Amino acid sequence: MDGAHDMGGAKGFGPVVPEPNEPVFHGEWERRAFALTVAMSRPGGWNIDMSRFARENRPPEDYLSKSYFQIWLAGLETLMIERGLVTSEEIEAGKVLSPPKPDVKTLPPQDVVPTIRRGASTERPATSPALFAVGETVRMKEIHPQTHTRLPQYVRGHLGTIELNHGCHVFADLNSLGVGENPQWLYTVRFDGPELWGKDTDPTLSISVDAWESYLERA
Amino acid sequence: MTGHDHDHHDHHHHHDHDHSELSETELRVRALESILTEKGYVDPASLDLLIDLYEKKIGPRNGIRVVAKAWSDPAYHARLMKDATAAIAELDYSGRQGEHMVVVENTPEQHNMVVCTLCSCYPHPVLGLPPVWYKSAPYRSRAVSDPRGVLQDFGVALPETTKIRVWDSTAEIRYLVLPMRPKGTEGWSAEQLAELVTRDSMIGTGLPKQPGETA
Repeated sequence: MDGAHDMGGAKGFGPVVPEPNEPVFHGEWERRAFALTVAMSRPGGWNIDMSRFARENRPPEDYLSKSYFQIWLAGLETLMIERGLVTSEEIEAGKVLSPPKPDVKTLPPQDVVPTIRRGASTERPATSPALFAVGETVRMKEIHPQTHTRLPQYVRGHLGTIELNHGCHVFADLNSLGVGENPQWLYTVRFDGPELWGKDTDPTLSISVDAWESYLERA
Repeated sequence: MTGHDHDHHDHHHHHDHDHSELSETELRVRALESILTEKGYVDPASLDLLIDLYEKKIGPRNGIRVVAKAWSDPAYHARLMKDATAAIAELDYSGRQGEHMVVVENTPEQHNMVVCTLCSCYPHPVLGLPPVWYKSAPYRSRAVSDPRGVLQDFGVALPETTKIRVWDSTAEIRYLVLPMRPKGTEGWSAEQLAELVTRDSMIGTGLPKQPGETA
């Protein structure tokens, strides 16, 4: 989805403003919104790609006017409403108005540290040979998926070089739709700055993205 | 949503903040937590543990240990460059948002910088949760098109001939920058070297401190 979240190369956002001695969270609501989002992924049963789509799938003015954790909160509400865990009426009223969804698993305190420490590997066994070799020139497809994608707009249509092969990984675009993991070969593809931003670009610059095989075509 | 205070690079404590709106969010989160608790979906004790973990255990001090060890132990450095996930796990750091680690090493010829233009991907086990600027529109938009300008925002100027290599974390691979070991640190222990490593030097928006800079 070509949304406001896909920011690479956008103009007009101004300078980066680091905050000296920045705390991990700015206030109690950010702490709780973060922890609720992490803890609800177990009863919710959604995957990381569904979470990302729930956050980015909103009008640009909404995405750009919310702070980071406000987007997380909005994404969490969307995911829970979609699955019938809560209703939008309950969220607006701020109180329980319907019985809980039966048979949901919660994250008990004793599982917190092991769950975070384990993480969730996205690497899967390969079922076919890799189509591209390290060092090969490839072109990024000029595609505009309507749903979740991790192919940023600023590299589409451009020529790059395969720099690393990371093995087969869960394919985010399809995983976000709940139609299975459909693992694909994942590569780091490097671009020269002038290829992406024009001939006057600093020639010392190169940029890479991590791209699944179906984002690429032979150059 | 009036939104005048919501530029991603802005912070919640600025003077122009619309307090009524912040309290609306605070109330919404509080109510949501009580709904989810009452429905039996979350245990508030688990929430407290998650917050404690990310505020006290998972943070840049972990990455600092990795870098200092790589600077002081050539065999570890070799393992880190070959299989970063395994080498980082040797120091007991692993898991969520660090399942597939790659370390990129700065040299006199090339400086590395890490960004996630699409959201906020960041190597949590070694750096913790990302700072606000890392998730902000100015950084996400400009890191890939004007990294030298971004470095200037951080007060960093590199030689014009140094190649700049930007890694956009668009999948589940997470990148940690191994900065250059400062000169004049020959014979220093890993503990001494750790004093020179900064969080930003492991993202690529900063450089390590120089000997004598650590007060």
